[in-house]
Amino acid sequence: MSMLEIKDLSVTFGGLHALKNLDFRVEEGEIVSVIGPNGAGKTTFFNMISGMVTPTSGDIFFEGESLLGLDPSQVTERGIARTFQNVRLFANMTILENVMVAQHCRTDQKVFGALFQTKAFKSEEEAIRTYGEEVLSFFGSRLTGYRLDQPASVLSYANRRRLEIARAMATRPRLLLLDEPVAGMNPRESAELTTLIGRLRTEWGFTVVMIEHDMSVVRDVSDRVVVLDHGETIAQGSYEDVANDPQVIEAYLGRPVGSEEIPGESS
Amino acid sequence: MTAISNDPSIYETPGINWRRQIRFGLIGALSTAFISLAGMPVGLDGRSIIQPVLSMGYLSLLWVPFVFASIAGSEVVLEGMAERQRSARDLWAGALVGLGSSGGVVLLMILIQNFDLRDPLVNWSPQLLELLSFDRSAAFGMVIWLVLGTFLGFLGGSMHVVPQKFRSATLTVCLSVFGVSVLETFLTDLLEGFGLEGLTDLVYYKRGGLEVLGAVAVAALALAVPLIAGPRVARVKTQVIEMPSEERRRVNLALLAVSAALLFVLPFFLGKITNELLANVGLFVLLALGLNIVVGLAGILDLGYVAFFAVGGYTTAVLTSPNSPGFSPELPWPVALIAVVILTGLVGLFIGAPVIRMRGDYLAIVTLGFGEIIRLLFLSDWLSGWFGGAQGITNIPGVNVGIATVKGTDPRSVFLLVLVFCGIAIYVSWRLENSRLGRAWMAIREDEDVAEAMGVNTTNTKLMAFVVGAVLASFSGAIFSAKVGSIFPTSFLMLVSIIILVVVIVGGMGNITGVIVGALVLIGVLGGPKQPGLLQEFSQFKLLIYGALLVWMMLKRPEGLVPNVRRTRELHQEEFLQDAWLKGEIDTDDQEGTA
Repeated sequence: MSMLEIKDLSVTFGGLHALKNLDFRVEEGEIVSVIGPNGAGKTTFFNMISGMVTPTSGDIFFEGESLLGLDPSQVTERGIARTFQNVRLFANMTILENVMVAQHCRTDQKVFGALFQTKAFKSEEEAIRTYGEEVLSFFGSRLTGYRLDQPASVLSYANRRRLEIARAMATRPRLLLLDEPVAGMNPRESAELTTLIGRLRTEWGFTVVMIEHDMSVVRDVSDRVVVLDHGETIAQGSYEDVANDPQVIEAYLGRPVGSEEIPGESS
Repeated sequence: MTAISNDPSIYETPGINWRRQIRFGLIGALSTAFISLAGMPVGLDGRSIIQPVLSMGYLSLLWVPFVFASIAGSEVVLEGMAERQRSARDLWAGALVGLGSSGGVVLLMILIQNFDLRDPLVNWSPQLLELLSFDRSAAFGMVIWLVLGTFLGFLGGSMHVVPQKFRSATLTVCLSVFGVSVLETFLTDLLEGFGLEGLTDLVYYKRGGLEVLGAVAVAALALAVPLIAGPRVARVKTQVIEMPSEERRRVNLALLAVSAALLFVLPFFLGKITNELLANVGLFVLLALGLNIVVGLAGILDLGYVAFFAVGGYTTAVLTSPNSPGFSPELPWPVALIAVVILTGLVGLFIGAPVIRMRGDYLAIVTLGFGEIIRLLFLSDWLSGWFGGAQGITNIPGVNVGIATVKGTDPRSVFLLVLVFCGIAIYVSWRLENSRLGRAWMAIREDEDVAEAMGVNTTNTKLMAFVVGAVLASFSGAIFSAKVGSIFPTSFLMLVSIIILVVVIVGGMGNITGVIVGALVLIGVLGGPKQPGLLQEFSQFKLLIYGALLVWMMLKRPEGLVPNVRRTRELHQEEFLQDAWLKGEIDTDDQEGTA
């Protein structure tokens, strides 16, 4: 059984077919990249998996159970976490609070515990904090130490992206959806993040689906590449297969896929 | 910051912005004319600040030239730029603004003399003219106003010429004399409680206002105290700041305990009027703390918050009063309170459930509607068999707490009861803010969609905010009905919701201390929707002042009097980031590798 299985799925906005009869599966432990030109439906694809957009037809199964009709928070609770293409942190909360609040669906202390400061409440708070710091330390010292109590708004762009990933990791998912994780990073930083994405699988046991325009990242880290265009899968397979697929080349306006020239675009 | 441009030969220092001065002069003229036409000088003339020199009526006009001149003279100095060298011309600029401001009064006097416009403008009265002309001829009055305005404007302008120390001293003296005079009722009451009537007789004139000597003494004290105690306070402060966090926590706790104890002792030294006033403030603190959770933490703009206050009040009335028309179990208050809390919580759920799915403006309008619906239900003939319609429910007994009965005729006990509940509300707000639930509320305020995607069940969490807010309001309602002894739909007008919201906004959204300060300033000094404040003469101008204050706050200090750190960041994000950048706290894309 695949971890994530999408069957014959369509999303229509008015007359626009954002996704058309899409079939897609992810096996446990895979790193899958979704690429495609702007407007191909990649972000809609993520929004649909995370429950923010309801599909018009078709079905999504996560670990054998359908996700249709669930709220985004319930999807997260099932074990799917995501980041956003246009970084959406809780800018005025501190960095630590950002990862603490993400553990909401994994904890359950309510008003009573908070008011009477029960033992369970205190130990849970402690656990939330410890786990939050552990997640943050995945990115080295950038998000830890004195930064813990700073608001997320002071972070640099690259660090905001890292914090977004940390926040998604803090929800303790099994499947991680990364929407353009290296957009806006310089080559050295994106190379570093590429290794981190690899470690997300080996050390944390996450299965990763990512949307990415940076082909070097896609090449280095993914087991499988899926190409979307106009809401349809036009090719999938290993990076080399996809890179040489004539349809893919056509979708990217005939430019040779795989060279560093392509990723210039960011939507 | 070291000034880069201290050398005046490089940058030509700009002169006075005369256009700005003229603009402020005109605004001042409009303000004085408006204040006069609103009837403030006449209405407030009865209250004197310093007997017989200055009354509140005159002060309502005289502050304009001074304050406007000093605002017009202030300039934004950019970091690293040299401040413009001030000269005598700044004084004349101030005088010009002052002249303009008093010109408004003079123009108004000319109009009053020559035209009769009393029909549209009711406060346009001969009395106003008399007052403005200082009981002499109009021409005399006009000359005096022009001279006085120019002089005050001159003083206002001089505030930027004199050294900083002098400026702050002037400010302290003005504020403390005004404050001591305004707080007269409270201070006399307090001093009498300690058996110091002699002192109040010395300072205050018999029929209100400071004696001249008293004012001088207050001014002297205001100057002397910071000089003597200032360094010592600063030393203690640094000492506390430098303490290890464990010890500092203990000091803070001790301070908190001492002030709480003082608060509970205070009512025994106060008279009826002051206790009554503080009890009213406390009721609004309770309401404002509840609304603060809804608006300040969870970011749900609830304009119908009075509904929960009403439900709390009415439920208490029905359950305790023998006069309750439909159902009258005559429960004792503490038992009724349990039912009140549960019922109001349920009403919170009931109202919240449909409302919570909306956002922003739509949500605000729908809550506004629900607030009115609840009031109209209590007023309606349909339910008058239960709630008495317009006749309300009367004869609500007080709260029997064994040793005494808390009821309206004994404001001291009411104040004590309110204090207990305020303590509970503060504790609840504080604990919830720093919990899983509080973080979820904040996340929803920041970005609801992302909060949902991060696993926060936004519907339930927002409902929880509604319910907690409703419960805190029901405390206030329960005490209110026991205190007043009777309850009518007119006590729960939409205005109450608005005023609670203003208290929260002016005090500082999302900050417990801020909310308390807001209630003290607005309800304590100006008065609530029906409750008189310290400045009883202000009651007819209350809404005008509320509005003016709200506009001013939104322009100049949107984060409130005692801001919440987060709110400040949100509203001044650019300045905050700039500061962080200057301090080297912001990170540019860094060079360090992963550990």
